Amino acid sequence: MTKLMQWLYGVSLLAVVWALVTFDLLDLSLPQAYREVAWPMPLYLLVSFGCYSLATVGYRVATFNDCEDAAKELQQQIKEAKEDLRKKGLKM
Amino acid sequence: MASRKASQLNQNEEEKYSVLLPTYNERENLPLIVWLLVKYFGESGYKYEIIVIDDGSPDGTLEVAEQLQKIYGEDKILLRPRAKKLGLGTAYIHGMKHATGNFIIIMDADLSHHPKFIPEFIEKQKEGDYDLVSGTRYQGNGGVYGWDLRRKLISRGANFLTQVLLRPGASDLTGSFRLYKKKVLESLVERCVSKGYVFQMEMIVRARQLNYSIGEVPISFVDRVYGESKLGGNEILSFVKGLLTLFATT
Repeated sequence: MTKLMQWLYGVSLLAVVWALVTFDLLDLSLPQAYREVAWPMPLYLLVSFGCYSLATVGYRVATFNDCEDAAKELQQQIKEAKEDLRKKGLKM
Repeated sequence: MASRKASQLNQNEEEKYSVLLPTYNERENLPLIVWLLVKYFGESGYKYEIIVIDDGSPDGTLEVAEQLQKIYGEDKILLRPRAKKLGLGTAYIHGMKHATGNFIIIMDADLSHHPKFIPEFIEKQKEGDYDLVSGTRYQGNGGVYGWDLRRKLISRGANFLTQVLLRPGASDLTGSFRLYKKKVLESLVERCVSKGYVFQMEMIVRARQLNYSIGEVPISFVDRVYGESKLGGNEILSFVKGLLTLFATT
């Protein structure tokens, strides 16, 4: 199953459950409370996911390591390398 | 301590590491990356060879590679040039044809990937007998130098989207600093059809599909090129197209 199929399958499953509860399709006479909670669930989940995404990406951008030391070390090694290669006969 | 461990092991084992370096106009950087590779492999004691795959660079990269061959030896520096700029996947295939190592290391030749991490990749691979080890900029003390806020945002945003859609089991999908068992790389390259960033992503996704084990090592990525080549709308668009294709087909 491709990832797309997995998503479609999962979403369909949730949609069926949601519809069953919200519209009482099986005539289960569920308490009103269940239906009231179920009805806005899709929107609620979407908004929650949106907030989670923003927070996660924001956090990861803020904590993205800046490798100052690596850059300095590289500069130093480049100098060393050029000198050594010159000695070994490399013509740049 | 790493050296002592390596020389003890190498008495019994026949590991050899082939480094594939596809190059295009890297006349300045090639000697430097080779010097660093020789330095860190030398210190570690592991057997290695460096395979330079130059795609007909007009700036004379191949000529510099020939000089390096004279300095370091034809057993250490192998040249597998091509006539013109062809894809990365075919460069790997071409480079692997004559590789005598049983492990392949792929990396960029522009000094954004530092050879000092290679011994860490090797040790990680031995630790879990991983089929592939991927360098990650997003975990541990991995990171980047030379990126502004916009670039970081795009990078993290794209990676987040990729994680949500593909659930790949690796933290850095678009990275191209990796160690593969040779037969693993061979089997992956022949299955992958994408180009550019997406090619590297597809390799990991296919590896997962084939149940290969993936290890990760944090790396630092020093981008000296970003200032000249901004990440534009076109590249972002083709990334999204590639991601959606992988989403729908794997």
